Amino acid sequence: MSVPYAKLPAWAEYGLIPLVNLAVAFLISGLVVLIVGESPLEAAYHMINGAFGRGEYIGFTLYYTTTFIFTGLAVAVAFHCGLFNIGGEGQAYIGGIGVALACLSFDRVLPWYLLFPIAILGAALFGALWAMIPGWLQAKRGSHIVITTIMFNFIAASLMNYLLNRVFKPLGSMSLETRTFEAGGQLPKLDWLMSIFGLSVGSAPFNISFLLALVAAFGVWVLIWRTRLGYEMRTMGHSPAAARYAGIKEARIIVIAMMISGGLAGMMALNPIMGEQFRMQLDFVQGAGFVGIAVALMGRSHPAGIIPAALLFGMLYQGGAEISFEMPSISRDMIVIIQGLVILFAGALEHMFRPTITRVVLALSPKTRDVAATKGA
Amino acid sequence: MSELAIELKGIDKSFGLVHANRNINLKVRKGTIHGIIGENGAGKSTLMSILYGFYQADHGDIVIDGKTVNIRDPNAAIAAGIGMVHQHFMLVENFTVLENIMLGAEESQILNAGITKARAELKRLEKEYALEVDPDAVIEELPVGIQQRVEILKALYRRADILILDEPTGVLTPPEADHLFRILGQLKDEGKTVLLITHKLREIMAITDEVSVMRRGEMVATRTTKDTSVEELAELMVGRRVLLRVEKGEAKPADVKFSVKNLTVRDSRGVTMVDDVSFDIRAGEIVGIAGVAGNGQSELLEAISGIRRAKSGTVLLNGSPIDVTGNADPAELRKRGLAHVPEDRHHVGLVLKFEESENAILGYHDDPKYRKGLLLDVDAIRADAEEKIAAYDIRPPNPRLKTANFSGGNQQKIVLAREMERNPDVLIIGQPTRGVDVGAIEFIHKRIIEMRDQGKAVLLVSVELDEIRALSDRILVMFAGRVVGERLPDATEGELGLLMAGVEGRKEAAE
Repeated sequence: MSVPYAKLPAWAEYGLIPLVNLAVAFLISGLVVLIVGESPLEAAYHMINGAFGRGEYIGFTLYYTTTFIFTGLAVAVAFHCGLFNIGGEGQAYIGGIGVALACLSFDRVLPWYLLFPIAILGAALFGALWAMIPGWLQAKRGSHIVITTIMFNFIAASLMNYLLNRVFKPLGSMSLETRTFEAGGQLPKLDWLMSIFGLSVGSAPFNISFLLALVAAFGVWVLIWRTRLGYEMRTMGHSPAAARYAGIKEARIIVIAMMISGGLAGMMALNPIMGEQFRMQLDFVQGAGFVGIAVALMGRSHPAGIIPAALLFGMLYQGGAEISFEMPSISRDMIVIIQGLVILFAGALEHMFRPTITRVVLALSPKTRDVAATKGA
Repeated sequence: MSELAIELKGIDKSFGLVHANRNINLKVRKGTIHGIIGENGAGKSTLMSILYGFYQADHGDIVIDGKTVNIRDPNAAIAAGIGMVHQHFMLVENFTVLENIMLGAEESQILNAGITKARAELKRLEKEYALEVDPDAVIEELPVGIQQRVEILKALYRRADILILDEPTGVLTPPEADHLFRILGQLKDEGKTVLLITHKLREIMAITDEVSVMRRGEMVATRTTKDTSVEELAELMVGRRVLLRVEKGEAKPADVKFSVKNLTVRDSRGVTMVDDVSFDIRAGEIVGIAGVAGNGQSELLEAISGIRRAKSGTVLLNGSPIDVTGNADPAELRKRGLAHVPEDRHHVGLVLKFEESENAILGYHDDPKYRKGLLLDVDAIRADAEEKIAAYDIRPPNPRLKTANFSGGNQQKIVLAREMERNPDVLIIGQPTRGVDVGAIEFIHKRIIEMRDQGKAVLLVSVELDEIRALSDRILVMFAGRVVGERLPDATEGELGLLMAGVEGRKEAAE
C-alpha cells in the first residue's frame, strides 16, 4: 500500500514515459501555433531542420547542448544532496571571471591546450566559491538555499556589471566586454568530429568544451554512485535524519555539494567565452543556468538523462531561433512557450500519464507481475 | 442469529500491481464487537478505508443494515451511520473538546445556536455512555486516552451506529486500555456495533464476540471468539505455527559495559524530555525500558547514540566517556563498539530509496573493506549484503532491490543484520518489532537473546509491554522523562501499568 504505483521496466520508465510527456508537450505547442494562425507542421519542419538540417545547424545545436550539460549537471549534483540550487545562472556568470582572468593573463604566452586546463580550474574555482557562500549560509545559519541562491544571481549580475564597466573593459572601449583574446584563449572547433560524419561545422561555435562536458557527465556519475562522498550526499538528500544517524557531517556535505555544483555551473562559462566570443561579454550566460534546472528535472538528475535532455533543449534553442526567423508571426516568446510546455510536461506533470502507462505496460508483460507481487506481500 | 450491521460482498482493491484486498466477504452482526486481525500489510487498513470512503473498491458491494450503499467519501460513510476512530487522532489540537466535536457539523453560519445544541447533546451522550469529558478543555492539554474518548464522542455525535477503531490501544497505558474496553462494552450494550482492528491477539480474546483474520489481502477465517484460541489465531494470521513464547535461559551478567549517569536531555523547544536518568547495563544482560510512547524514550536513545545533544550528564561506553553533551559522533561510536537500531527505521535507520546493499553499509560506509582506491567497491558491498541476506533470511534475497519494496519485517532485518553483524559490545534497540509481522518477530526476538548470550550489553526500548517483559532481564519504567521504577520481568502487568501511568512512580519518588 505504501507503493502506489508498481515499478516499471527501465525502458518504460526512462524511455516511454519521457517520450509520451514530450509528445504531449509538442502536441499542445502545435495547438498554440495553430491558434496563432500558422501551420504546426511547417513550424515543426523549421524546428527540426533548423536544429539538424545542416552540419552548421547541428553545430549550433551541440554548442547549446554543451552549455546545458554543464548547468544541468550542476543542478543535478545539488539535487542529490537535497539542495535546490537555483543559482546556476549566477555561478556560471561568476565562473566567467575565472576564464577571463586565465585568458587575459596567458593568451599571449600559452597555446590553447595549456591555457585550457588553467581556464577550467579558474571557471570551476570561481563558480564553486560563489556557490559556497549560500551553501555555508544554509549549513551554518539555516538560510534557505533557494532564497539565497536566487539573491546571489542578482548580486552576481550587479557585480559583473561593475567589473565589466570598471575593471575588464579596455580603455576607450564603448561596449561592456573584455578585449578579444589572442590565439591562446580560443578553443579549437570540433570540425574533425563533424567531418567523420561527412558534415561541416561552418560558422557554428561547436568547440572542444563539448568533450569536456561529456567527461564532466561521466565524472558526475562516478562521484554520485561510486564514491563515498556521493553516497553521503545521496543519504543526506534522501533523509537528513538517516545521515545524522550514520554520522555524516551535515554542514560539511552541504558546503561540498554546493561547491561541486557551483564549479560545474562555472565551467559552463568556458563554452561561450573561450569557444564562441573569445571575450567575456555582459550577460553571456543568457538564462542557461535556469534551463539547467529543466534539464536536470527532465534528465532525472542522472548524467545519462541529462545529456539527451540537454540535447533536446539545444534543439529547442537552435530550432526555435530558426522558426522565429522563418515564420515572423511566431515570435521568440512563442519559443519560450514551447520550452515552457516541455518543462511543464516533463517536470511538473511527470506523473500525469504514469498510472495509465503502468497499467498498459504491465498488462502486456506478465513477467513483471511476479516482481511486484512479492513486494505487495 | 441477529441481523447484520455490515455485510461486505466480494470487495476487491488493487493499487497498481499490489492487490491489497482480494474478494473480501465479511458479515458483522448488529450489536457485537467484531475484531479484525492480520499482520501489517494484510489489508486491514485498506478494507476499513474502503468502508469509510477514503478509497473506492474496484469491485464488490457494501451492505449496511440490509441496504446496499455507495460510499464515495467519508461524508457518505457518516450518513450511513459509520464512524471511525483513527490510529492517529484527527483532532484540532488547539480547539476545545466541544469545538472539535462540532467541527464539520456546525449546522449554520452563526455558531451560537449550534454550540448550545451541541453542549446539550454532549451532556446526553456522556450520560448515556459514561464518557466523561470536560467540553471546554483544550485538546492538547488532555491525556491521549481522553483524546481518544473525544474521537469516540465525535462519531457518536454524528449518530454513528457502527464504530470502527483502528489500532486503538497503541498509544494507551494498560489502565487506559482497560477503560476503553469498558466503554466499548457499554456501546455494545446500547446496541452499537464495533469493528476493532488490531494486531494484539490478547485484546481480541478479551473483548470481541467474533473475530475475522486477514492474510495477504484475503479474509482467511471468521471465528467465534470464545471457540478459538490465541494459538489458532496466530497460526491463521501467519499461515504457519508460531512460537509465541520467547525461550531464553538465565542471564549471566558480567562487567558494566554501558553506564548512563544523571542524563538530562531537552528537545528543540527547550522542554526537558529526559530528566536526570541513570542506569547501568552489564555484558550479557538485556535492560528493557518500558513506558508509554512520548515519555522520553526516543530522546534518551538519540542522546546516548550521539544523534541528539544532551543538556547534561555522562555516558560511559566500555568505561570511557562519550561526549553526549558536546560533539558525540555516531560514526565514531560505532567504531567504539556501540550499535544502534533506531526506533524509526523508515526515516532514520534506512534510506528507503536506496538499494538494499546501500543500506547494508549505512553508517559503516567509511570502512576500508568497502573501498577500492578512491572509489566504493560495489562488488564487495553487494557480496557483503548477500552474506547478510543469507544469514538473516531477508526476502526477497536481492541486494539490488529498492529498500522500500521490502516488507516491514525484512526492512527491520536489514537494519538488524547491519548492526548485529559488526559484533558490537553494546547494542541499543528501539522498537525492534514495530510494524513487523508475527513470523519475523519470532526471528528478531531470538537474535536479540542470542546477542545477550554472546555477552553483549543490550538496551531495549519498546512500547509493547509484552515484548519488554518477554525479553528483558531487568525492566526500567520511564514516565515523564524519568525512570520511575525498576522491576524484574516477572512483575505483573498491572504493577508495570501503574508505573507507566505515573501513579506508583510518584509515590516511590516521594519516599
